[in-house]
Amino acid sequence: MLHEDAILAVPVSAHDHAQGNAHAVVTLVEYGDFQCPACGSAYPLVKQIQHRYAGNLRFVFRHFPLSQAHPYAHLAAELAEAAAVEGQFWAMHDWLYENQAAWAPHGAAGLEAGMRALGLDEAIIAATLRNPDIDAHIRRDFMGGVRSGVNGTPSFYVNGYLYQGDFDSLVHSIGRVIARQH
Amino acid sequence: MTMLAASTAAPEFTLHSTPDQSVSLKEFRSRNVILAFYPADWSPVCSDQLALYNELLDEFARLNAQLLAISVDGVWSHAALARDRKYHFPLLSDFEPKGQVARAYGVYEEQAGVAQRALFVIDGDGVIRWSYLSPMGVNPGAAGIVKALEALPSNNIQKTLPIDAAREAP
Repeated sequence: MLHEDAILAVPVSAHDHAQGNAHAVVTLVEYGDFQCPACGSAYPLVKQIQHRYAGNLRFVFRHFPLSQAHPYAHLAAELAEAAAVEGQFWAMHDWLYENQAAWAPHGAAGLEAGMRALGLDEAIIAATLRNPDIDAHIRRDFMGGVRSGVNGTPSFYVNGYLYQGDFDSLVHSIGRVIARQH
Repeated sequence: MTMLAASTAAPEFTLHSTPDQSVSLKEFRSRNVILAFYPADWSPVCSDQLALYNELLDEFARLNAQLLAISVDGVWSHAALARDRKYHFPLLSDFEPKGQVARAYGVYEEQAGVAQRALFVIDGDGVIRWSYLSPMGVNPGAAGIVKALEALPSNNIQKTLPIDAAREAP
């Protein structure tokens, strides 16, 4: 399915959370939900892809919380954004996925463990969470994903095109794009 | 069987949404309606598709649209699914005569005996403005629905507003 509804509607910009070389041959964008088990399963595979392709790959994470299906997904996204204000977005992103099975059943109380693990000041985070910019960022990510044809989580875009298929072929398609550029 | 196309009058229907409630298309005159036909309750792709739409009800409301999902499943299956998945929109039961409404819209899959995965956007005058048939196993997402709703003349005002400004306006 490669039609106009399957193209990244919002280009990657300075507003995004990005890891890796800004001039990399491949930009991989994930629309993810921190409470989604499938995203949790994808997390170590994304890490492997990042490791394998190193300087050839930039990874961008955007929020796509399915709040009715996953009642703490939105709160987790907010927490990641609040951590981002402290320069710890990726640390929180990693903690949320690495500990998903532990915190998800406990909701907000489970998420507090993440703040402690990262040494974040709970009062500062609580104040940041009241900032409407946090919700606005998540909403902007979500609606941008909807317009890009995101149909569930995780959804991946390789250089702007929605990728549909299994993880092995995602790795190979990234490898092919890189090979073509060298 | 050919799917009804844009500019066609949307066939009227009245279907049960629960054992003792029914929903008629004509109740939504002057509002836009999104009809989402899907093959079956509980199947994973459908559920992802409806879970996504469930997150977009505010956005659909902003575009003056009501979502109605339709399958040939019975009302008790619908009730259990809606409760389990926390769906906040009607699931209509095209159960007896089976698939009658799906047939009227040209999206009944005879061999499997289920509705195809088809989307319609119907305007406030009861006219189909957009339709889309997705392959059975492919979740079509919501990009096409949102674009079709935004393109309706009655929603044109929204086009000039950035999405966040429109949402946050009091």
